[in-house]
Amino acid sequence: MIMKFFRRGQRDEKLEQSLQKTRRGVFKQVIELFQRSEIDDDFFDDLEALLIGADIGADTTDQLIDELRAKIRERGLHQPAEAQEILRADMISLLKKAVRYRRVKILQRGVPYVILVVGVNGVGKTTTIAKLARYHQQQFNRQVIVAAGDTFRAAAIDQLQLWGERINVPVIAHQPGSDPGAVAFDAMQAAHKRAADVLIIDTAGRLHTKDNLMQELGKIRRVVQKTVPDAPQEVLLVIDANTGQNGLAQAAAFAKMVEISDVALTKLDGTSKGGIAFSIVKALGVPISYIGTGEKMDDLTPFSEESFVDGLFFEKHEGEIPV
Amino acid sequence: MFESLSDRLQGVFQRIGNRGRLTEKDIDEAMREVRRALIEADVNLGVVKEFIGAVKERSLGAEVLKSLTPGQQVIKIVNEELVTLLGSEQVPLVHANQAPTIIMLVGLQGAGKTTHAAKLAVHLRKGGQTPLLIAADIYRPAAINQLQALGKQINLPVYDEGVGETPPKIVERGVRVARDKGNGTVIIDTAGRLQINEELMQELVDIKALVKPHEILLVADAMTGQEAVNVAREFNEQVGLTGVIMTKMDGDARGGAALSIRRVTGVPIKFLGTGEKIDALEAYYPDRLASRILGMGDVLSLIEKAQSQFDENDAKALEKKVLSGKFDLEDFLSQLQQVKQMGPINQLLEMIPGLGAAARKQDVQVNDDDLKQIEAIIRSMTTEERRNPQLIKGGRRKRIAKGSGRQIHEINELLTQFKQMQKMMSAFGKGGFPGMGGGGGGRGRFPGLPF
Repeated sequence: MIMKFFRRGQRDEKLEQSLQKTRRGVFKQVIELFQRSEIDDDFFDDLEALLIGADIGADTTDQLIDELRAKIRERGLHQPAEAQEILRADMISLLKKAVRYRRVKILQRGVPYVILVVGVNGVGKTTTIAKLARYHQQQFNRQVIVAAGDTFRAAAIDQLQLWGERINVPVIAHQPGSDPGAVAFDAMQAAHKRAADVLIIDTAGRLHTKDNLMQELGKIRRVVQKTVPDAPQEVLLVIDANTGQNGLAQAAAFAKMVEISDVALTKLDGTSKGGIAFSIVKALGVPISYIGTGEKMDDLTPFSEESFVDGLFFEKHEGEIPV
Repeated sequence: MFESLSDRLQGVFQRIGNRGRLTEKDIDEAMREVRRALIEADVNLGVVKEFIGAVKERSLGAEVLKSLTPGQQVIKIVNEELVTLLGSEQVPLVHANQAPTIIMLVGLQGAGKTTHAAKLAVHLRKGGQTPLLIAADIYRPAAINQLQALGKQINLPVYDEGVGETPPKIVERGVRVARDKGNGTVIIDTAGRLQINEELMQELVDIKALVKPHEILLVADAMTGQEAVNVAREFNEQVGLTGVIMTKMDGDARGGAALSIRRVTGVPIKFLGTGEKIDALEAYYPDRLASRILGMGDVLSLIEKAQSQFDENDAKALEKKVLSGKFDLEDFLSQLQQVKQMGPINQLLEMIPGLGAAARKQDVQVNDDDLKQIEAIIRSMTTEERRNPQLIKGGRRKRIAKGSGRQIHEINELLTQFKQMQKMMSAFGKGGFPGMGGGGGGRGRFPGLPF
């Protein structure tokens, strides 16, 4: 006997209510949550829902809530507002744990600072590269070269070249379908010859489960190490903020193959919160370094733990959040 | 990364012990595991809560079938309910009475719209259509070039007007061209957009009003997290969806987003994107997705793959050989080749319940390259040697090593392993041969299977 439980009726209304909540935006819910008069089981249930809803994941959510419960008990607290402060601090310190793993970025005259950009398909690698090139150009007045290492996806090279024209950065490119290792090699030559400060290498999107494609990244890395032994000085993993729990598997697989040093969290201008960042930092100790917030060339910002956490839950927003 | 739900539930019920009937306490404990599995699979929390409520209700009075353990009984209920929720049947694409059938693809940035426009076109061509692709993404740099390049690759026409015109105008004229040229189907590739971008959402509404697409398909990334519900609902409410394509299903994401989207929009999932190759588009089967979300392995897919690759008669002949202990390296080689045809070995392992998690835990890397090496070694043997591996002594080993470009110790290793395998096989004899289509026994031969 299979009971059809998804018939219209009571249960539907309940789901609608709970989803209506998400639609109203988490900010308002958070404000409501921490304005309550007492800390009870409902408080923790709703807090859990918020954290999970932000893609923070079951494990990290449990950890945050357990710590919060313990601290509330130890300090004998009763006010949700006090809990809010503790949670905020805990979340920030979780993210800051990765800071001690942050590689110090040193640019040497005459040695190109090589950034290898990797990630699964469709996370925004090419757009991030354009923004990153612009960032180095505008903020530090550095000479940047970009290598079109995605020789696989149709028109990926064109896409990068169009960006190159827009931001006035030379793009080293081969024919579609050519060997990305060879592109990287030529780009290194060009970087030396033109005494470029920064070389950013684009790579084709690849699912972290595809062994042969992951191996190819190792090859690109070996190619750039031929002339600059400690290159790539930065290996940037791009993660889409819309990504759910699979983001951790992605990060782990890329870290294993190419020792990622930094993470860029993209598409934070949408409604997703990018909570997978906590699990990545916690499990791998790799710091989040940049956030992407749009399709324009200046929509890249250095990551700040405080603003990220505040943006997740704690910012004081007036009125409705457009969701 | 994740322990499979069936492993976990088995753990729960082992702790409780085997009793004939499910108590409320047993179920509560089991539901905690189910809840966690669904959250880890990115099913929206609201949907998870509702689902758990329903499963619990159904499990409470349920008598445990004689043939099942309590854990298996719960999994059975969970699985059935999940399949129900995912939509029990396949819904095909609409075919317009009057050509052309117009299909519009919509979604967030990076979901895979352009790639899937091309895949869908190839799929429809197999059904005898000649689709026209319309490039309506004027925003992302080189998006039109991408569609043009794909069009060239698959040898299908692409209509574009560059980036100087508005998408509704482009689409309107493109559809007219299709009508004039007699294209049976039109596939519109639109720009990726956020569901909260009013201006761009209005653009879709305008296109819809102008050409009245028969299908508006949301292209959604299988790796999407909790926000999938909001994205899908907004697209559905503002533009009106008729179906969903879940992309990047060839990765290891559980794809719980599919469940959330299905539940919130009520719109059927029509296709799964399973790779970067242009023919990597599969029809959607709810039961398979259900097992994947629960981390129970895609057993049905595996069985079907095996069956389509192994010729039944060959299989029977092989089974006879195995039973009589006459399985030689020649047979082994032909087996290897059949396995290779089924796809990357890692992907196959992932589909076997229990094995995927076990392999991940022990960090087992089964490489297709390893298979190639084995193949190279066997191919460097004479037919005589393949039939009688015991012939292979010092001189022959050297020759084989040279021929296959491997080391002598690797040849030895292979021969030892093969000997062990032969031994195992004769032991297997009575139970049939795992992984072979045709023979009796069905699913029960896979390890760790819940039912």
